[in-house]
Amino acid sequence: MLQAVALSCTRGERRLFSDLTVTVIPGTLLAVVGENGSGKTSLLRMLCTLLSPEAGTILWKGQDIRQLKEQYYAQLTYIGHLNGVKDDLTPVENLTVAASVTGDRSSAEMVQEALEQVGLKRGVHRLPTRVLSQGQKRRVALARLWLSTRPLWLLDEPFTSLDTAATGYVTGRLRSHLQQGGLAVVVTHQEVALPPETVQRLRLTG
Amino acid sequence: MNQPGMWDALRGIVRRDLLLAMRRRSDVAMSVFFLVIVASLFPLGVGPEPAVLRTIAAGVLWVAALLACLLSLGRVFTADYLDGVLEQMLLIAQPLPVLVVGKVFAHWLISGLPVVLLSPLLGLQFGLSGEPLGVLVLSLLLGTPTLSMIGAIGAALVLGVRGSGLLVALLVLPLYVPVLIFGAGAVTSSLAGVGGEANLSLLGACLALSLFFAPWATAAALRIALE
Repeated sequence: MLQAVALSCTRGERRLFSDLTVTVIPGTLLAVVGENGSGKTSLLRMLCTLLSPEAGTILWKGQDIRQLKEQYYAQLTYIGHLNGVKDDLTPVENLTVAASVTGDRSSAEMVQEALEQVGLKRGVHRLPTRVLSQGQKRRVALARLWLSTRPLWLLDEPFTSLDTAATGYVTGRLRSHLQQGGLAVVVTHQEVALPPETVQRLRLTG
Repeated sequence: MNQPGMWDALRGIVRRDLLLAMRRRSDVAMSVFFLVIVASLFPLGVGPEPAVLRTIAAGVLWVAALLACLLSLGRVFTADYLDGVLEQMLLIAQPLPVLVVGKVFAHWLISGLPVVLLSPLLGLQFGLSGEPLGVLVLSLLLGTPTLSMIGAIGAALVLGVRGSGLLVALLVLPLYVPVLIFGAGAVTSSLAGVGGEANLSLLGACLALSLFFAPWATAAALRIALE
């Protein structure tokens, strides 16, 4: 269970949100919506400790994530609005290295499988990521979700530059993650096509 | 924080950087060529007097090595910062200072080791031979990892700052002074016949010290840079 208690965020002079309290329980997804600049990404970065909150605490299973540190990182997969993909490496190399660095299990078949699940054909698996389109690069980044066995997923605009087919694949992956008792926090502008009882919406007004 | 996981993460980080270096060989070649050219310009400028060349050899080669290291510092974190690999690195379930050691080790393999391997050749150009030449190689072998370690702190501190190339030079060069003094000093004292052991031990001490403190400082700087 992930809890944010009385969070406040100020960027520069602007107060983005204050006294924000929200709980995400296993098997559900928190969809963070709001206008540009309303603090959605800041909230997500706070939830993975990349940004420290001005006030308030974030608890994972009742413990402060700032104290848990590495134990907390072992529970989460974060995909920011930057892809975290190396342009000079191929999609296969990117995924293999990312998995070995984060400690996820990965074999050549699993990597191949993950890339196919996200809709990348075999032909592009061995090309430098540099030559792929924006949408394909995003797919390479999101393919990590098929290798991740972590209970908590934090995704920043996962559907940006994806076509309808890929959006469908990712939504399907999210659904099975939730069914297995996973949690997800997703910053998005789009409606997430998941059963309404599993989705909690948080609107940031800025 | 289990041990095998830590080794996997370290190996993964080093492997990725080496792979990237293989894909961008020109970047690596550039700092090596820089070293060779700078070191070759001095004999041309100073003149072919062997006694003079031998006296300036250590200083020139060490300054050249230092500048070559400085040139490649921008590569340590900047690309990772821009493409989001760095923020992923901060969220790995292993202590960040350990991962930083992996990054720095890869940087040393790419930019420091070639300098060490080339140094006997460059030393010969300056009329060094025998023991002083050996001491030069040894001093670089001990000194260049220290340069990478200290440089990583600077590289992390200037992340996301405009004109960071010059800023990192201003930050890091003063910190390089002790390494330069001990490194060049080792060769000079070996030339004078008193042996370079004292200076080499001091270089070793610098390396141990930087191995201990630099990863923590770099890790802290990276966290600040990504806030």
